[in-house]
Amino acid sequence: MNLTENQIERYSRHIILQDIGGVGQEKILNSKVLIIGTGGLGAPAALYLAAAGVGTIGLVDGDVVDISNLQRQVIHFTPDIGVLKVESAKAKINQINPDVIVKTYAEFFTADNALVILKDYDFVIDGTDNFPAKFLINDACVMAKKPFSHGGILRFAGQTLTHTPGHACYRCVFNSPPPANAVPTCSQAGVLGAIAGMLGTIQAAEALKFITGVGELLVDRMLIFDAKSMNFRTVKLKKNPSCPLCGDTPKITSLIDYEQAVCDLKKG
Amino acid sequence: MKLTLNGQNETLENETLTIEELLKIKDVKMPEMVTVEHNGEILDRAAFATTAVKEGDTLEFLYFMGGGSH
Repeated sequence: MNLTENQIERYSRHIILQDIGGVGQEKILNSKVLIIGTGGLGAPAALYLAAAGVGTIGLVDGDVVDISNLQRQVIHFTPDIGVLKVESAKAKINQINPDVIVKTYAEFFTADNALVILKDYDFVIDGTDNFPAKFLINDACVMAKKPFSHGGILRFAGQTLTHTPGHACYRCVFNSPPPANAVPTCSQAGVLGAIAGMLGTIQAAEALKFITGVGELLVDRMLIFDAKSMNFRTVKLKKNPSCPLCGDTPKITSLIDYEQAVCDLKKG
Repeated sequence: MKLTLNGQNETLENETLTIEELLKIKDVKMPEMVTVEHNGEILDRAAFATTAVKEGDTLEFLYFMGGGSH
């Protein structure tokens, strides 16, 4: 594949980066990234990956845009209230960059559809808000040997790690979902909208680093930040021999749909 | 004893301490929302009550964080 003149102009700020260049930009244009959840994290991730020229972006979300989403889910606009999030996001991506093919999955990620949806993608971004989905994404990606970026936000804080096959997974750190009654709901806990942007764009950067092979991923590390103090730290992780999924004696051999945690604003 | 907790140096009056006691001292209200990494190893939750914290140990409290889509 050769870059057109138009593409050379569009992506010139990537191409002049020594680490990326024309070769790296072609890798981006040939890549396929799946974004699960088109909300607080998925919205900024999708905007930047679209602008970067990721060839195919898959969007998974069964929800429609709600007015309370607009404080942070920056790919959705006020007239989109009531529209499927994947359709709203697709429309914006098409406007940002016609190079991008958008595949929409207007459904939630479940044990039944997970492996089928994942199959065609190079990298997965977890932009979901609930632990059943986060554990399912982890399990499906580990089983399918797909790299993915985990992201979590709460109030003023965020955390993210990148998994690549053979390295620490989310379950190596968090063995199983927390008890539902221990989880503060989104509506109870709240989140500063800009935190979602901070974390979602870190996830997008990890995807682009993975695609282009530039730098060191957040593999075997968890990045934690607290926007109140604006302190960022990374905590070293390693594969956990007692991980129920990828440890020495795995107990989990098939995908699990855990009961949905209480994190639904519309019922809140 | 002196230890490193979440990247910060801490000095505690206690001479002996378990992980469970440390979580209480640090006012962690929902220990079920925390994973503890002790000198680079993720601890089994069941071992919180029996694992001793020692002088010079490095600990990380890693919290469950959801957030995102909705």
